[in-house]
Amino acid sequence: MEWKGRDVVSIRDFSKEDIEFVLKVAERLEEELNEKGSLDYARGKILATLFFEPSTRTRLSFESAMHRLGGSVIGFSSASSTSVKKGESLADTIRTVEQYSDVIVIRHPMEGAARLAAEVAEVPVINAGDGSNQHPTQTLLDLYTIKRAFGRIDGLKIGLLGDLKYGRTVHSLAEALAFYDVELYLISPELLRMPKHIVEELKVRGVRVYETTDLEGAIPELDVLYVTRIQRERFPDEEEYLKVKGSYQVNCKLLKNAKETLKVMHPLPRVDEIHPEVDKSEHALYFRQVFSGVPVRMALLGLTLGVL
Amino acid sequence: MPELKVEVIPEGTVIDHIPAGKWLKVIEILGLTKPNGGTLLIASNVPSKKLGRKDIVKVEGRYLSEEEVNKIALIAPNATVNIVKDYKIAEKFKVSIPDEIVGILRCPNPNCVSNHEYVRPKFHVVSKEPLKLRCHYCERTIEGEEILKNL
Ligand SMILES: Nc1ncnc2c1ncn2[C@@H]1O[C@H](COP(=O)(O)OP(=O)(O)OP(=O)(O)O)[C@@H](O)[C@H]1O
Ligand SMILES: [Mg+2]
Ligand SMILES: [Zn+2]
Repeated sequence: MEWKGRDVVSIRDFSKEDIEFVLKVAERLEEELNEKGSLDYARGKILATLFFEPSTRTRLSFESAMHRLGGSVIGFSSASSTSVKKGESLADTIRTVEQYSDVIVIRHPMEGAARLAAEVAEVPVINAGDGSNQHPTQTLLDLYTIKRAFGRIDGLKIGLLGDLKYGRTVHSLAEALAFYDVELYLISPELLRMPKHIVEELKVRGVRVYETTDLEGAIPELDVLYVTRIQRERFPDEEEYLKVKGSYQVNCKLLKNAKETLKVMHPLPRVDEIHPEVDKSEHALYFRQVFSGVPVRMALLGLTLGVL
Repeated sequence: MPELKVEVIPEGTVIDHIPAGKWLKVIEILGLTKPNGGTLLIASNVPSKKLGRKDIVKVEGRYLSEEEVNKIALIAPNATVNIVKDYKIAEKFKVSIPDEIVGILRCPNPNCVSNHEYVRPKFHVVSKEPLKLRCHYCERTIEGEEILKNL
């Protein structure tokens, strides 16, 4: 697979080899960065970050990654400051921005926006979230975090906890994990179970899947517990949200029964799903996970720019 | 012996092996419900060896393009299209569901970019039996009635 010029739109476009390759390159870049402090692979290259929808973490992480590669960044962080407000089409915005840049990162509230942008643009486009659809770099950094912590992904028992119904992060992660020899514990309130078609697909692909509402019961089994927030904005009605809000919390008491090596992950931001007391424990991996965003995005920027 | 259930036409298209009861949907999809088109001959609930019962639609004076055939494939996956020229069957093809469906079906997701930008909607076929499609843009899947509603 030729990486130069390639778009990163959906984790569905990735084979296992693609994923492994990105993780390997990210690891190499992380080590190089540790040695040298800064790199210059992308010197003279410009990244445009088009955030039609606000996101602090993802945007800063991409910008940091580009700077660490020695490149520079232009862009906007909300649609209100752009000509989109004047009614410009996404396609026209993309055609304009690509005249100023070598690679585009886009977050947009509409599903499919990144795919469309990639079709319009000559330069590579990286999806940083399109509505409730895809956020492939999050999935890759999640896998990277697991791989760095355990040295492998195969053989692990991984629990996905929380909003498994609406959470796009866990859907993509589960589908990517299906490339590996893992056992998945899908832990959620009854109302927020993983959609049937995804569960079916996981099983067809050979993953051992256990669905449960019993977090306490699952805890002792797990190597990784991936916690997600229940997002009010994804719920069709308030009543359903109120029924499940605050229905679980990961705290030190709960973790007493966990393996010593259990790692707790979270895409952040968190509300109250993980008690701050867990932060200091050996279990907490979520800040490390934030850090992983940089080498993984460095790898993707460098590969699609063709400068590595 | 050919089964000439309805009249013979000199020129046009015979769509055979439509699932019984679907003829109306077929002519709707093809935009043939307007009176200014050619003559339509319809045979519904005809006994058939392959389907048990089937509908047949004959369109006088019009040859169907491949894109139109694809539209029919979504609702009548086993349909046969016969192009009649000078009273004889000049061409015959089975409709087949293409791997990609472009420009025929609207995406039912209101937040899909294909409903907001100047772009032809596009779907990938996930499975043919039962028919299940994935929007090229928003990646949602649709099946069954939802497909027919958005044609
Ligand atoms: N000139 C014509 N005008 C109208 N209808 C016709 C004409 N010639 C054939 N047909 C119809 O077109 C369809 C296909 O005709 P054909 O003679 O190929 O039948 P067949 O051998 O049963 O084909 P198939 O294997 O597709 O069922 C039949 O429904 C037939 O009645
Ligand atoms: Mg016949
Ligand atoms: Zn769509």
